[in-house]
Amino acid sequence: MISELRGTSLREEDIGSGNVLTTEWRPKLDFAFDPGVAIGQFLQGLKEGKLLGRRCHQCGRTMIPPRMFCELCFRRNDEWVELKDTGRVNTFSVSYVNWDASRREKPQVPAVIEIDGASPGMGILHLLSEVGESVKEVMARVKVGTAVQAVWKPAAQREGSITDILYFRPLS
Amino acid sequence: MTEKVAVVGAGFTSLRAMSPDMSFREMVFDAAVRAYEDAGITPRDIDSVVALGEDFREGTCISDEYVPDQLGAVQKPVQTVSGDGLQGLGVAAMLLNTGACEIVVLEGHSKASNIRHPAHVEAMALDPGFVRPHGWHPVFVAGLEMRRFLHESGNTAAQAARVVAKNRRNALRNPIAAYPAKVSFEQVLESRPLAEPLRELDCAAPADGAFVFVIARESAFKRLRGQPVFLDGISWISDTCNLFTRGWGEASYTRQAAERAYAMAGVSSPSRDLNFAEVDDSFAYKELQHIEALGLAPKGQGGTMLEQGAFDAGGKLPVNVSGGSLGCGHLHDASSLRGLLEAVLQLRGHAGERQVANARRGLVCSWRSIPTATGAVAVLSRR
Ligand SMILES: [Zn+2]
Repeated sequence: MISELRGTSLREEDIGSGNVLTTEWRPKLDFAFDPGVAIGQFLQGLKEGKLLGRRCHQCGRTMIPPRMFCELCFRRNDEWVELKDTGRVNTFSVSYVNWDASRREKPQVPAVIEIDGASPGMGILHLLSEVGESVKEVMARVKVGTAVQAVWKPAAQREGSITDILYFRPLS
Repeated sequence: MTEKVAVVGAGFTSLRAMSPDMSFREMVFDAAVRAYEDAGITPRDIDSVVALGEDFREGTCISDEYVPDQLGAVQKPVQTVSGDGLQGLGVAAMLLNTGACEIVVLEGHSKASNIRHPAHVEAMALDPGFVRPHGWHPVFVAGLEMRRFLHESGNTAAQAARVVAKNRRNALRNPIAAYPAKVSFEQVLESRPLAEPLRELDCAAPADGAFVFVIARESAFKRLRGQPVFLDGISWISDTCNLFTRGWGEASYTRQAAERAYAMAGVSSPSRDLNFAEVDDSFAYKELQHIEALGLAPKGQGGTMLEQGAFDAGGKLPVNVSGGSLGCGHLHDASSLRGLLEAVLQLRGHAGERQVANARRGLVCSWRSIPTATGAVAVLSRR
């Protein structure tokens, strides 16, 4: 720990009370994002409880999330494929930080999950759950390469969003 | 310029008021495929990429990260220019002139329809200490400028209204235009005042679309298919941003950028040496203001010459024969790439029913829109 700090720090109340003048602006920045063909179809698939990918016949890769062109072959790719909702953990982190930088009691575990049937390295970003409530417990249950499966929202509650999958949990 | 630089490939999408069926990536991919096919290149031939991107308009921070895939530029050097399309063209030309690159790709797009509150994004460009606290819709900037421009130049609001009639009529012959229409100048004058003297129909409406260009040095021409359109001169200038100290009457940024671009290109008499001009018309009066700053009309004579038909499609010096931003739609910083596309089509003789006869040399003039005093001028020619 730092034991001694010299000088006088600027306190929040100095700004709030008007002793230090600032000018403030609250922007109204709302954006839509047109999903287009690839992401639009992918979101529709999620609503139906399916994970959809695109296959490129030139390089043979199966891509998820899907795109309508292969960025390596630079050509329109070829077909839709339905993938399993299982995969393997590529990487994960045990996160204790809230939006306001306060500490979480129980950690969240974001992970990259390589989806079975997609090409190596192709995956989606999601949450791992049912894996414990401390670093020690999580590390005991999850490793790079651990097999996981999606836990879906009930069909009636799905709305065509990546959060239609609640989380992934270890298969075994 | 040390070695000749030319546009050797052009690709584009149609311009539309909205485009929910395509992601910006899918739009850019379509434009890129056409540009590379036109130039006769594959992504392997690309040495570097210049992409336009203003994060506040993309809705994505560090939007450079989203550039490579749809251009076939994965694992290539990319630079994002947070500026106007012609500034991007200038950066591409400089990259080529360093000698490090032979072929550079220039990309710009607009997904204006995805910005839910465009005026609030514009407001982010206003000075936070002196201007924003008033809380006005940013269009007042154009109202102030239009008043002072008309006052100093002697042009009239009715003459500005005729710019709208001309450009939207011209757009009827441009298949990619978003807003072609027969509009009379009376209808413009009768439309609702926004920031009077500026009226609703004086303003270019936003549109979505994408452009990709392949730019190359002369030394690369032998391995390319595309008919080169040469960049003879280019310059861009930023005047002061202060709304309370700037000279509103004249587009000084355009005048100075034009002087430099003309000197590079060897243009001594613009109205004689140029066959057409694609001039920023984000607001109708801006076309007149830019025409005069470009020296295409004597000061104060832009409106009269316009009324006499000098800038009509069949006139002495067609201005915005494409339809301009008023007829094609405003694409934010990509607007001048729409002008660049028109220059390429005209100089190649590929402009269809709006082809300007014997087009050998033309210019593109851009403005970075409210609240800036920044703009660029590029002179292009065919051999
Ligand atoms: Zn491929």
